[in-house]
Amino acid sequence: MLKGSVGLIALGSLLLSGTAFAQEKIKVGVTATLEGTYTVLGEDGIRGFQTALNTLGKKVGDKELEFVIASTDATPDSAVRAVRKLIEQDKVQILLSPLSGDEGIAVKNFAKTHPELTFINAASGAQETTYVDPAPNFFRYNMDGAQWQVGLGKYAYETKGYRKIATVGEDYSFIYTQVFGLVLEFCGAGGQVTNRQWVPLGTKDFASVIAALPDDVDAIYLGLGGADAVNFLNQYQQAGGKAHLMGGSIMIDQTILSSKGSAKNALIGTIAASGQADTWEDPAWQKFVKAYQDSFPPNKRFPSPSLLATNYYGSTMALILGLRQVNGDLSNNQAKLKEALAKIELDAPNGKIKLDSNRQAIGTNFVTEVVDDGKGALFSKVVKVIPNVNQTLGYDPAVFAKIGLPSRTVPECKKY
Amino acid sequence: MTRFIERHPAWALIAIIAVAVLIWLVFAIWPPGLEQAIGRKRVFLNAVFNGITLGGLYFLVASGFTLIFGLMRNVNLAHGSLYLFGGYIGYAISAWTGSWILSFIVAFIAAALVGVILQIVVFRRMEGQDLRQTMVTIGLSIVFADLMLWVFGGDFYQIPTPSWLIGPVQMPLVTAVKSSGEPVYLQYPLVRLAIFAASCVIGIAMWLALNRTRIGMIVRAGVDDRDILAATGVRIQLVFVLVFALGAGLAGIAGVVGGTFQSLSPGEDTRFLLASLVVVIVGGMGSIPGAALGAVIIGLAEQLGSVYIPTYAIVVTFLIMVLVLALRPQGLLARR
Repeated sequence: MLKGSVGLIALGSLLLSGTAFAQEKIKVGVTATLEGTYTVLGEDGIRGFQTALNTLGKKVGDKELEFVIASTDATPDSAVRAVRKLIEQDKVQILLSPLSGDEGIAVKNFAKTHPELTFINAASGAQETTYVDPAPNFFRYNMDGAQWQVGLGKYAYETKGYRKIATVGEDYSFIYTQVFGLVLEFCGAGGQVTNRQWVPLGTKDFASVIAALPDDVDAIYLGLGGADAVNFLNQYQQAGGKAHLMGGSIMIDQTILSSKGSAKNALIGTIAASGQADTWEDPAWQKFVKAYQDSFPPNKRFPSPSLLATNYYGSTMALILGLRQVNGDLSNNQAKLKEALAKIELDAPNGKIKLDSNRQAIGTNFVTEVVDDGKGALFSKVVKVIPNVNQTLGYDPAVFAKIGLPSRTVPECKKY
Repeated sequence: MTRFIERHPAWALIAIIAVAVLIWLVFAIWPPGLEQAIGRKRVFLNAVFNGITLGGLYFLVASGFTLIFGLMRNVNLAHGSLYLFGGYIGYAISAWTGSWILSFIVAFIAAALVGVILQIVVFRRMEGQDLRQTMVTIGLSIVFADLMLWVFGGDFYQIPTPSWLIGPVQMPLVTAVKSSGEPVYLQYPLVRLAIFAASCVIGIAMWLALNRTRIGMIVRAGVDDRDILAATGVRIQLVFVLVFALGAGLAGIAGVVGGTFQSLSPGEDTRFLLASLVVVIVGGMGSIPGAALGAVIIGLAEQLGSVYIPTYAIVVTFLIMVLVLALRPQGLLARR
């Protein structure tokens, strides 16, 4: 009896304290590829997200942000399933999603069925997501795959003297977009792309792909990521490959450069381009790297944040700053927040970012070269910094529209 | 063999012609017209070799699977977990001691021990209840996958290839003739050849053990009729444990092999479980030669597919499975 009444009082006081300190919460859903080929990318994305929370805090006025994380595997259906679960079961009001290219296109289309909610792209980089029929409630604070290749084609042609290259890439929208950016610039400068090989996402055995690489080219461009890239490099080393390499934005990235084993050494000297460079001197970048390093013990992170960590950091930052500008006001279908997000100018670690009329980022791009720091760790070193890269890559929008959408064969290798 | 030719003369003729064409493709110097039509000979030869060596790896995983099924009628859907577990153990040992060979031994023992525990704790309790076993092993494979994700994280691990196996070797096969008349020989990764040779040795040893030793005789008798065998006084449970340990150990070894020439990461367990299911379905459940044939067919299909029809490469494997299920549902080499 006594026991029972004590329990009742305890329960009562718990409920009371609950109402007394009740605080309004804003629920945000986050997705990342925590399964499959891109697991490592997703994990580092989440690290970037947590670094942003550590730096900026979770408070918006008197409201507290609450996050629910869901896992995907880089396929569009897994992303839509995760986003739908977050909205319908967890009742989130804002989404920070997704990570990968095909996921981005699917989530953007899904966003149209929930016009009242706000979607902030976490890291995906397919061109189509914001270029074709963009969703008014979908905001992307990172550049797309083609923007991330700006500068690489010219550098390869003019400085490295490559005239003929071949490409190997994963068969999906983000890598199409990357190859699109590369081919446009490299062929525009006068180079030739003789062969484009596409492998399914999640390929394990690359031996035949490696055997089919042409030998009469100056360099081979690798548009691979995650486990695929590591497998490729391992088997490339076993086959005794010696060609000059060029890399895409998730190939020359800490997710690959700090993988275990010696196969990654094939990448030393490889030129690449991306939305960041590991050794950039800029104080804001260095501060971000420090914040990332301080947030996790050394064996639970990479030596330096990957592109995914940077993107998640940037999009989380945009979300929190946007919410603070409107003081957490989500009334009227989040109209104020959407307005604020569209106008925000972000002092992201990887340069200033602002959005165009499609709510797509205009930002800074980096041409890099892989160097060994002398202790066996590999980093991407800045070669060139290119500010204000927009989605049409500096082309006149009408000309750009004629090129067509990135695919296995688009664009043709010619000057547009 | 002769019986097959007598019964199906047309099929036999087609098979002989196919083999002859294949031999010609491998050994002859290709005329320029053929190179133009289907690409360089180097690419073709590489794809064939890769298919066969990949088949070697599939055989290692699938042989344990099929052996366990053949004797105990257990569909062990946690077999892929044993593969990944062996791989991780092999990685830990090779990182710790630097010895590649030692990692095989330890991975074999560790996976075999897990197999023994599985057999004693799980399968013995539900003998003959196929559905329960299947459900329990699916559950276990999910639990194992999460445990391994917890311990090893989502990172990719590669077991370093020993330095004496890195790099290519020259094979005595001419891929092309330079304009100066000098022949160009095929370069092929040594480690893949070594792994293929090792899986051949293991396959032959298993065949010999099954067909030429007393233990093998008992196992074969058990495959045919467990109850009669038990009635003759053989300690059938001990045989079960031994076979389960061997099958699991082979999966563990395969994990080290897979970790050396591909990589280890979460999700590899289901990939190899699926591969060994397909191999065993194509080759015939419970048959070791069937597993070997199935493994080579699936390996070749994957590799030739990835070179010549890259977009549809994934479909080819399953197409073969569908064809086999439609035309010869018991598998290519299964006994009736």
